[in-house]
Amino acid sequence: MSSVSIIGPALNGIIPVICVTLAGLACMLAEAFRQRGERMPIGGLGAIGLAGAAAAVVLLWGRRAESFGVVRADDFGLFVQMVLLGVGLLTIVFSPKAIERDNLPAGEYYALVLFAIAGMMLMAVATDLLVIFLALEVFSLALYVLTGLRRHEYSSTEGAFKYFVLGGFASAFFLYGIAFTYGLVGSTHLDRVASAVQAQALSGNPLLLVAMGLLLVGLAFKVAAVPFHMWTPDAYEAAPTVITGFMSTAVKAAGFAVFVRVFLLALEPLRAEWMPVVWVLAVCTMVLGSVVGVAQTNLKRMLAYSSIAHGGYLLVAVIAGGDMGRASILFYLVVYAVTNVGAFAVLALLSTRDAPMEHLDDYRGLWHSNPAIAGLLTIFLLSLGGFPPTAGFVAKWFVFSAAVGAGQFSLAIIGVLTSVVSVFFYLRIVVMMYMAEKRDAASPPPVPRPALAALSLSAAVLFYLGVLPTRVLELAARSVAGMF
Amino acid sequence: MAVVPILSALILLPLAGAVLLLLVRTRGHERDAFIQWTALGVSLVEFALSLWMWSRFDPTSADFQMVERVDWIPSFGIQYAVGVDGISLFLVVLTAFLTPLALLGSWRSVHRKVREFSFFMLALESAMVGVFLSLDMFLFYVFWDAMLIPMYFLIGIWGYERRVYAAVKFILYTMAGSVLMLVAILTVAYLHSVATGAYSFDYEGWLNLALPRQTQVWLFLAFAVAFAIKVPLFPFHTWLPDAHVEAPTAGSVILAGVLLKMGTYGLLRFAFPLFPDAAVYFAPYLATLAVIGIVYGALVAMVQPDMKKLVAYSSVSHLGFVVLGITAMNIQGVQGAVFQMLSHGVSTGALFLIVGMLSDRRHTRLIAEFGGLKHVAPRLVAAFFVITLASIGLPGLNGFVGEFLILFGAFRWNPVLTTVAASGVILSAVYMLWMFQRVNYGAVTNPKNEGMQDLDARETWVLWPAIAMAVFMGVAPWVFLEPMAPAVNRIIERMAEAEPARVVTVEKGTGPFSGEVGEKGPVPFSSR
Repeated sequence: MSSVSIIGPALNGIIPVICVTLAGLACMLAEAFRQRGERMPIGGLGAIGLAGAAAAVVLLWGRRAESFGVVRADDFGLFVQMVLLGVGLLTIVFSPKAIERDNLPAGEYYALVLFAIAGMMLMAVATDLLVIFLALEVFSLALYVLTGLRRHEYSSTEGAFKYFVLGGFASAFFLYGIAFTYGLVGSTHLDRVASAVQAQALSGNPLLLVAMGLLLVGLAFKVAAVPFHMWTPDAYEAAPTVITGFMSTAVKAAGFAVFVRVFLLALEPLRAEWMPVVWVLAVCTMVLGSVVGVAQTNLKRMLAYSSIAHGGYLLVAVIAGGDMGRASILFYLVVYAVTNVGAFAVLALLSTRDAPMEHLDDYRGLWHSNPAIAGLLTIFLLSLGGFPPTAGFVAKWFVFSAAVGAGQFSLAIIGVLTSVVSVFFYLRIVVMMYMAEKRDAASPPPVPRPALAALSLSAAVLFYLGVLPTRVLELAARSVAGMF
Repeated sequence: MAVVPILSALILLPLAGAVLLLLVRTRGHERDAFIQWTALGVSLVEFALSLWMWSRFDPTSADFQMVERVDWIPSFGIQYAVGVDGISLFLVVLTAFLTPLALLGSWRSVHRKVREFSFFMLALESAMVGVFLSLDMFLFYVFWDAMLIPMYFLIGIWGYERRVYAAVKFILYTMAGSVLMLVAILTVAYLHSVATGAYSFDYEGWLNLALPRQTQVWLFLAFAVAFAIKVPLFPFHTWLPDAHVEAPTAGSVILAGVLLKMGTYGLLRFAFPLFPDAAVYFAPYLATLAVIGIVYGALVAMVQPDMKKLVAYSSVSHLGFVVLGITAMNIQGVQGAVFQMLSHGVSTGALFLIVGMLSDRRHTRLIAEFGGLKHVAPRLVAAFFVITLASIGLPGLNGFVGEFLILFGAFRWNPVLTTVAASGVILSAVYMLWMFQRVNYGAVTNPKNEGMQDLDARETWVLWPAIAMAVFMGVAPWVFLEPMAPAVNRIIERMAEAEPARVVTVEKGTGPFSGEVGEKGPVPFSSR
């Protein structure tokens, strides 16, 4: 057979995760053996690992490889892993300049990014609650450190500490939920949970609701659903900007993969119990994310609230459920990942040590000094706002289509109206770039070629998915078709 | 004849031209002339294409013609489907007619970022043509929403002082309405899947859905609000004065000339035929709002010190007539409404061009700043005069035909409302002629006006086509009325099923005033 089975079938399902982990270790070693002042392409090492993992994902496609009974690399999980790998690659491409500018330790930086990706990838394919928890901790710890990586800045440390304390709290909730589940079902495996719920052996048991609620709190925290979003703006502002883009997309991808596995599969029969709660979460998330975003003048915070709002749209798709809802989650994740990483990357690439380019006013007249970058940022913002012919429109279309198909009219109406509100603050940035005069003549720093190429590619992908979404849509639909 | 995808060509040509312009390297202003000529050339080819489409159009058929259908997103039944019928035919021609004029009209006034300006104008043209030609609701919505972006940039970058406020207001207002329509579109597609087992966004397929009345009410409201904002129908009109006044000349021409028509086109094409029961129920309310708009727009126009604002409010008034004609849902009313859309596009477009020329010369649009222009710029004033008369509906010019037919059709349906609406005709004469008199007659009181240039060759070329078209539409309305009759009749027949008692389809030559408009034949032209 192919090279995949050489290592032994039990490992098949986690080969992509292993690739990324090894790359992370390699980065750590490289940093350790680096001479002071020596330049090393550590990011390149990481990219190789991610590319290898991507190849493994392609080879594993359609095989439903199982490992150790706790990992199932079904197409759904692999799809999410592919999104994560894409986010990781983009992050690595955009990173060198930020590392240089903020004087970040390159080896640690890349190793932590790769470990975070490995954790998220494991989370996407895990079918046991304990493994999910392990994966969650792996990437969370990496992200806590990454958030506080700009050690010389108070705000960075503050944000990281907030994130760490609240994140630890949420993890405890999640773990508690697992404990209750184990107490009720006698297993932490999602299949067993599903069959126990299916058999209605537990119907009416209040402890089940407690378990479900605790799991929900833990996940809601990770995907920054209101009211568990408090850490988001601070942590996003604290982290190096490229990492903010990474966090805001990859965590959501991993989080919603678990959301689908736990709530849309294992606990689907209890929909009547959890749906009202998630419904309220979704509405609060969409409304607060877009309304509070309007009041922001710091771009990173603005985009933080925007990503909260986008989490709300994904929750709408969770509520819609069914194959259509699940497929729309996958498609939305792809689009959102490309868009948001791109938008944050533009912010990161424009910043210099003296001028952080985080305030709305810093973008005055950017169009005149750097039309290409302004144009790219505009495309990302229009996609975030859901304008055709960008992919953001198609993604929203399918989420709300799923919601309407599930009879959730009020949710769809609230969703589209909040998206109009969010358009207002996306346009504020556009207004600044195009319609306000520049105050000083300082021109933004030149953007490295690979980063510019990656941004252009991202923009092209957004147009491609906006005009010809069929292939990716059908791929998403096929990957969720036979999940259990 | 070989099958030429003429409609796709119409949609894609301006976009291709726009993208091509982006590839031109600009350094300073050295390529500006080249870019302007290229953009103008593209828009002229587009106009020629639209005329070719007209020449191939079969005026006896009510069906969509030159239809192209390609599966786009098959799992949701979304198709790339375009087609043209008697209603959309002329709106496309109007779009292609106005765009070159708008480009030529802003030849001098737009002198920074010429390449981007031309890019947005051409991209906008693509989206507008797409809106009129779409037969698939997904495609329609894509064009409908995509159109906002270039218009937003046109207002926001090249507009006047309060341009940013106007641009943001324009886009948020329009979006707020259209997202509700989006939910309604998704709902109908879902209901289609319930009824037939498959999702579909096909307009003609939707016509066959028998939706319960209560559902229709909600869906109609969602569609109607989106279109009413676009029209704009009182009380949704507040974005319009801002957007029109702050937009650059070309933006105002396209806004007034084409974009507003999308609202009335949407009512006529989608809101009414798709949800006929609800439409019949809501028609009196819509008509009441339309009549309020007619009178209110005219009264507010009368007291405007700013010419551009005056023309903007006159649009509220004139578009009220169009909605009134549509709600009447008889052959005269609807034909008059479609004709009025075209004629308003030509005459208001020309008015904005003239105001733009005055503002280019004097950098003000205040009526009080002018006076006695006929002594210094006689040719400009002559053109102004013809267009003013066209706008107030002098017989023999384009405005008369539409207003007359609308009032005639509406009177047969609701004499009371029509009587009030008719006052709008008089009021429009008041505000237009009063403005014309203050600007052009009397002595030259303001010394700044003394050296004013008359029309130069370029401006003459901008205004001639519009004047010629105004006269042509006035003396030969059948050229336009005849091809649209079958399509209009089909919509009316559909509405007649919803409420047989109200709608009376007039057979050929039976209308009491059927000989009034043009001597060639009766109003519902279905000869040939």
